[in-house]
Amino acid sequence: MRQFAALYAQLDATTSTSAKLAAMQRYFADAPPADAAWGLYFLLGHRLKRVIPPTRLRDWISQLTGLSPALVEDSYAHVGDLAETVALLLDARLDRIAPDQASAPPLHECVALLQSLAGADPDLQRDTVFAWWQQLPFEQCFLFTKLLTGALRVGVSAGLAARALAAQSGVDVAVMQHRLMGEWQPSAAAFTALQAVAPAQQSPSQPYPFCLAQPLDDAAPDAVGPADAFLAEWKWDGIRGQLIRREGQCWLWSRGEELLNGRFPEIEAAAASLPDGCVLDGEVLAWKDGAVAPFALLQTRIGRKAPGKKTLADAPLIFMPYDLLELDGVDLRAQPLQQRRSALAALCDRSAFTPSPTIDAQNWDALRAQREQARQRGVEGLMLKRRDSVYGAGRKAGLWWKWKVDALTIDCVLVYAQAGHGRRSNLYTDYTLAVWSGDALVPVAKAYSGLTDADLVAMDRWIRAHTLEKFGPVRSVEPLQVFEIAFEGIQASPRHKAGVALRFPRIARWRQDKPAAEADTLDNVRALIGR
Amino acid sequence: MNDLVIPTGQGLYCPAGDFHIDPWRPVERAVITHGHADHARSGSKRYWGAAPGLSLLRERIGYGAGIVPLAYGQRVEFGPVTVSLHPAGHVLGSAQVRLEHQGQVWVVSGDYKRDPDPTCTPFEVVPCDVFITEATFGLPVYRWQEPAEIAREIHEWWQDCKAQGLCAILHCYALGKAQRVLAELMRYTDETVYLHGAMTKLVKLYRDAGVAMLPTDAIGNQPKFFDWKGRLLLAPPGAGGTPWMRRFKPYSTGFASGWMRVRGSRRRQAYDRGFALSDHADWPSLLRTITETGAKRVLPTHGNTEALVQWCREQGIDAAPLKTEYEGEPQHDAAAVADSEDPVANPAG
Repeated sequence: MRQFAALYAQLDATTSTSAKLAAMQRYFADAPPADAAWGLYFLLGHRLKRVIPPTRLRDWISQLTGLSPALVEDSYAHVGDLAETVALLLDARLDRIAPDQASAPPLHECVALLQSLAGADPDLQRDTVFAWWQQLPFEQCFLFTKLLTGALRVGVSAGLAARALAAQSGVDVAVMQHRLMGEWQPSAAAFTALQAVAPAQQSPSQPYPFCLAQPLDDAAPDAVGPADAFLAEWKWDGIRGQLIRREGQCWLWSRGEELLNGRFPEIEAAAASLPDGCVLDGEVLAWKDGAVAPFALLQTRIGRKAPGKKTLADAPLIFMPYDLLELDGVDLRAQPLQQRRSALAALCDRSAFTPSPTIDAQNWDALRAQREQARQRGVEGLMLKRRDSVYGAGRKAGLWWKWKVDALTIDCVLVYAQAGHGRRSNLYTDYTLAVWSGDALVPVAKAYSGLTDADLVAMDRWIRAHTLEKFGPVRSVEPLQVFEIAFEGIQASPRHKAGVALRFPRIARWRQDKPAAEADTLDNVRALIGR
Repeated sequence: MNDLVIPTGQGLYCPAGDFHIDPWRPVERAVITHGHADHARSGSKRYWGAAPGLSLLRERIGYGAGIVPLAYGQRVEFGPVTVSLHPAGHVLGSAQVRLEHQGQVWVVSGDYKRDPDPTCTPFEVVPCDVFITEATFGLPVYRWQEPAEIAREIHEWWQDCKAQGLCAILHCYALGKAQRVLAELMRYTDETVYLHGAMTKLVKLYRDAGVAMLPTDAIGNQPKFFDWKGRLLLAPPGAGGTPWMRRFKPYSTGFASGWMRVRGSRRRQAYDRGFALSDHADWPSLLRTITETGAKRVLPTHGNTEALVQWCREQGIDAAPLKTEYEGEPQHDAAAVADSEDPVANPAG
């Protein structure tokens, strides 16, 4: 725990990529493999299941420090992170037992202990947590509580962690990235196997790293090359996934490396038509009457495991493949896209899948014209992939481009603000925005991003000075500030007060020039549905 | 009985004695607690301030201004109100204002801290009936470590930078924090520290007042191709991220401020290192001070007043927030906040 806490502090203390890499390499070299395995697991962005609900932790910290629940609540609202609040409140107690640096157990024992606490008797949970809280030094107390809440995130990307481990072990980065995909149980043996230079036996469930696209510059799309060098497809608004068929079983992975098995039985049933040793890259889509249905319909299926008949009938899903990564157990990623596409077409002819259609366009003007139709078709825009491109790991410059349709925009009035989390803690950065319905303002969107740091700070001060009422962490403000909100799509939604739901709303511009009375009306907004 | 001190559009005002305390607009008579810009503003007719801080007040308010210096504890009459200044331990010459009228004693704390500070007279507990206390860090998460410990961390960071061939640029407020860092670092080194132009005069005024600090030199005095590797530079927060920084590359940046106690502030401001060194009272000091004054009524002002009001009420002490325009320790980069009171104007209409 001490070594991992030190690593965490080092990663937190620098913004330099090379310093982060060096710190991780040192950690992988120095930490015992059983601990390093868990350290790596967290660096990759995996989390433990939450052991204890946050509300209970807040009660406990109140009991242990003697601070009233209201003061604990104020502190949490200010700090924006429960584990850090706990560590700070404990550290501020003058009667705290002097922490013994050597007493914290190794990380893997710590994890085992936490896992044994899940579902244990509440009194035992409480006594154990109290004992730890009282003896751990600040950094370790913070990490321990982060693990308890299941919210530990380390400030490095999974790709960077993979690079560090690859450099430390002498394994090629792409090979390391592949080894780290999917499910693996942290252990000393697993950690040692990851570092082995010779390829190890891999689990049949293991996905390949996803190849990602870069946004295309709308002003000069042709700067990336002649149009006929690219294969164009629709950019679907679904869930990117990798469908694996091996050893008579199938696995469906999301881009976030979450295993989706059990949620989409119709896709698993279709996968049975695939030959063994084959891996598809594609999109999970809600599909009705021969066309893609809005994302909102797919959304009703995401959280639902083992859906019933009615759900399956109301929101039918398909998996639409657009790439073939493995066939007959052979890795095809080094072949040019053109060849992979032909193989995919042949495979689809003898299975229950239909490939994502390619778009016929000879030049950039034709492509632009196709893109203009994207919204009517219910897609986000175009994907442009070089015909000769290999299937790279991650975002490889110049191979794949996404050319999204211009966002829709409306002018909204800021009505509520809430403090953010992480680096926006104690800054009022999360806005609820409204449009006019007669004389009333009706909230239509929440937006968390789009302003510069300087604007956020200035707005934070404005919000504090123009607060009307406080509702816990939320403040209502004088309806004076206007923001232009951009979003990808709009749906009628009975679940929302305004009767509409916006897709990916974010702040496009701060309209300091515009009085609130001139913001959009709900009628204007509703008129955008179906456009 | 009427309140001895009330907030007005000009600042805190004592109606019985007809004078203001730290007014933010020009007034006839102003009693000043200390030389920070949000407390000492120019334009008033006459000023009273603590004698040890006189040179700082002159620097801030103007050399032509009429300032009456008062020794700590010296009593002056404003009509029926007896006024005296008492050490606040915030910066050189900082003072609390004690007001006595018809047997009632009020104390306006100004900014204060209880931690040891070699650059100024320590805080004095002044018993009172009503205590107007600052509350910049009025939340239970704020407790300062020993200043010597923070200074050790700063020194270690400087030495790390030296080992890596980096220039160490520590951002801190020009009045008070810079001098405190220079004084605290004397425990660990006698090397010269280089100062941003906004700090040289203030450091000189501290030296003239007899405060012992590390040797310093102005950054601007150095030759064009001076080797900045391994040097420690002090600069105000507003200098961060400006083209002025370029010539010191490669460098590491730090910020010495109480806000650095919280990770979110540290990450948001993108300094490489944060050092939680503050000239304001932390939570335990606020509670201890309120208790020690014996005040039956507490009026927290500027900062996180709500939690402190909440705590006082839980203890059975009458408390309410007092709305003022002081900033305490600016939480955000001075560059972003600037000096204006409301940098975001309401849109027209």
